[in-house]
Amino acid sequence: MPLQECPSCAQTTQSGNGEDQTLTNVANGCRCRIRRHRAHGAIRQRLLDLGFVPNAEIEMVRCATLGDPLEMRVGDYYVTLRKREADLIDVRAA
Amino acid sequence: MSPAKKNIMIGLAGQQNAGKSTIFNMLTGANQHIANYPGVTVDKKTGNYHDELGRVEVVDLPGTYSLTSFSLEERVARDFLLRERPDAILNVIDASSLRRGLYFTFQILEMSFPVVMALNMVDVAAAQGRKIDHEKLGRLLGIEVVPTVGRKGRGKLELRPALRRAAREERGEDEGFQDQHGLRINYEELEEHIAAVHEHLLESENLVKAVPLRWMAVKLLEGDSEALKLLRRHHARADAVMDAVSAATAAFQEKMDITPADYIVTCRDRLAASLVEQCVEVTKADTVRFSEKIDRVLLHRAFAPIFLVLTVYLIYELSIVQGYKLTFLTWPALAWVRSFAAGLLPDPGLLHDTMLRSMSLWMVDSVNTLLNYVPIFLILFALIAILEDSGYMARIAFILDRVFQSFGLHGQSTLPFILGGVFTGGCAVPGIMATKGIPDERSRLATILTVPYMNCLAKIPLYTLLVSIYFAAYKSYLMLFISTITIIMAMIIAKLLTSTILRGRETAPFVMEMPNYHMPTLMGVLRRAVDRTWVYIKKVGTIVVAVAIVVYVLLQFPGLPAERMAYFDGRMNEAVAAFHEDIRETAYAEILADAAAVLNLLNVANTYREAKLAASTQEASSAVDARYEALHPEIFPLLRPRDPEARNLSRSLRSLSTERSNLRTAIREETIVYSYFGTVGRALEPVTKYAGFDWKINVALISSFAARESSVATLGVLFQEGADEQLSLEERMGQEGAATGFTPLHAFALILFFALYPPCLATTIMVKVQTGSYKWMLFSIIFPTVFGLAVASGVFTISSWLGLSGIQAMFGFYFLALGTAIGLSFLPDPAWKRPGTAITHAKEA
Repeated sequence: MPLQECPSCAQTTQSGNGEDQTLTNVANGCRCRIRRHRAHGAIRQRLLDLGFVPNAEIEMVRCATLGDPLEMRVGDYYVTLRKREADLIDVRAA
Repeated sequence: MSPAKKNIMIGLAGQQNAGKSTIFNMLTGANQHIANYPGVTVDKKTGNYHDELGRVEVVDLPGTYSLTSFSLEERVARDFLLRERPDAILNVIDASSLRRGLYFTFQILEMSFPVVMALNMVDVAAAQGRKIDHEKLGRLLGIEVVPTVGRKGRGKLELRPALRRAAREERGEDEGFQDQHGLRINYEELEEHIAAVHEHLLESENLVKAVPLRWMAVKLLEGDSEALKLLRRHHARADAVMDAVSAATAAFQEKMDITPADYIVTCRDRLAASLVEQCVEVTKADTVRFSEKIDRVLLHRAFAPIFLVLTVYLIYELSIVQGYKLTFLTWPALAWVRSFAAGLLPDPGLLHDTMLRSMSLWMVDSVNTLLNYVPIFLILFALIAILEDSGYMARIAFILDRVFQSFGLHGQSTLPFILGGVFTGGCAVPGIMATKGIPDERSRLATILTVPYMNCLAKIPLYTLLVSIYFAAYKSYLMLFISTITIIMAMIIAKLLTSTILRGRETAPFVMEMPNYHMPTLMGVLRRAVDRTWVYIKKVGTIVVAVAIVVYVLLQFPGLPAERMAYFDGRMNEAVAAFHEDIRETAYAEILADAAAVLNLLNVANTYREAKLAASTQEASSAVDARYEALHPEIFPLLRPRDPEARNLSRSLRSLSTERSNLRTAIREETIVYSYFGTVGRALEPVTKYAGFDWKINVALISSFAARESSVATLGVLFQEGADEQLSLEERMGQEGAATGFTPLHAFALILFFALYPPCLATTIMVKVQTGSYKWMLFSIIFPTVFGLAVASGVFTISSWLGLSGIQAMFGFYFLALGTAIGLSFLPDPAWKRPGTAITHAKEA
């Protein structure tokens, strides 16, 4: 369902290069897969605890009124992240 | 197998939002006890129940996402497990997010504890189209899995025997941890390294007793700092072990191109995924969950702020406006208590009351002013509990995080600010208590130190008083100013603190799970509302009463000088003599010959007048007459004169009574002038004159440190003139203020100072409790005093110099503050410079 709403995902898959981007750049309604973390220490641990593990599928749900933080779906639950942390996660289109 | 123990201890562990506390309540009922874990401010909730074998103690561990050593809660939970070694662990898991919950389960299993899993909220999972085969899950994990619905009490009967069965596999005190119970995670490529480290660890007998070795080996390979500390404490050749660990880590990374830590996570995730696949049957394919449908409206980018404002407005309307109306119903009860107490105490003297009487009434008044707010707090706290339990509080944090972030705070600072009274009026004590939920230390401290700036309910009477005297024409502007300037100033101060003295503190990212919406339960909401209100009442019961005594003493002593006393006594004697002169020729001369009889007459006349005023109907009024006539037949004609002679005498009695109350008022006022507080207030005048405060205001401000409520009460005492002509305090302050040149600008400076004023005593004690440091407590008193005085003086002095009126000064200051806040929000946060690693540094120090 969300894929139709997501022109940028469609573009990425069409071009087929599957280039890495950060989680911040994923548009609302798009899905992506986690490639790697560039965070360390506690932030990394908390992200892992909440299911941001390599290869997990993430769906961007929405951003707050002021553009930050972001809400996304990880598996069957919803998590919010600030853009600053989302920037530390490399993803590629699912 | 050793015989089963009679009394056992169960550790209740699980992730946040898994419904741990509902399971805890379900198991233990009302038998609960809250303490702190030793040395830290983390709550330790314990409870117990009995089954046929004996007592079962349940310890609720802090809710954490995993058992690493990155946060205080995690370390506390882990230390508890290693040190206290519960007989079994009850692992509560949210059935609707099983996969993530399993990460935690794996970690407890790895610590070699017997585990029972409460698969909670199976009803929610079922509604989302997920059917979980709990028996199969239990078989695969090698533990018992009990499906539960904590909110409805389902699963209690099955959990208790399951915990007994798990705890039966008992360890001796010193035997160390036995082999792992249940499923053992296969770390595949890493296994050979785990085995190698394990061999090294076996060398140390101490370590074998202290920790589960396989767990230790995995933790060392993960690079866990606390595990390293444990190793150093227990293992004689810790450095050799660490060398082996480093070598293994390097070799593994070389071969696999991934750190062992990442690899471990991936293995666990893969296992969790495969368990979910085997045990969960998806009955509805990928439906959008119900909560998400609600969020599409409530969190809609454009509508979200509207719903937020509506919610806050609703809270304000229901708790403050409607709650205030409720106090009209409860106040008569409190007033009755006062008059009842007054009746029990010794009768008032001619000019001077006994200490017992005046001090007791002072205490009753102090407590009554505070208890008056109870209905408001009950409603306010119930509404906030509804916000929390329903899940909307997390959404508020989500909407507002961007704003808070700019000032070094956190989305989760929302709840403390709301409790503290943003816009509406609240109390800083529960507000500061609620800062426990904020995960990073820097925002938590900044929140603790800024919550007291919110509109505490007890500040409102002074605001109302000043606004209605000096800004009657601009009432709504002033009220808007007061309710928003506090949050603006709080943000400015938070930014100042976080970029200066709090600079080096731990920070944490805003990583928050968005919980599902739940229907709050009536019991849950009531319990929380009553608990929080009770905290407030305890404050009344202890601190405020104690402080009221101190304030009383400081306001009453050392008392009037002897010559002033003699002067007042002389005037009273003259008045009594004049009265005697008036009654000389009448039948009353004999009855009222001595002073005691006159005093009695005056007191009876007073209570009679009060009783007549209180009587609302004609019949009640006649009943009062009948009662007084029966009780005091000789003097009743003076109270209610029926012939011309009595009427004359009654008039004479009334003028005696008026003179007495005028003299009492004058004495009360002069006593304060000569009191210790009066002396301090005068001594401060040279400093406070720049803010426009005279000594009377100083005295009121000093006494309000004890409890805000007393500011208006003290002003009431200080502005006594006219109290007996039934003038309200507003009119009295207005009249006297006009005479002394107290202008709206003075009032505005006072409002401003009061908004920035240090927290009340109860709050500062709560600051001590929550920060664990007297240093912060002192800071929370001194900083706002200096800052508030500086701001008030600056505004007053500059505005007087520019010739601004009160309302002009208000607008000027408002825009200045708003501009400063907006400007500061663009200032980059020092913590942003170290992305990704922000938390860990401070910890090692």
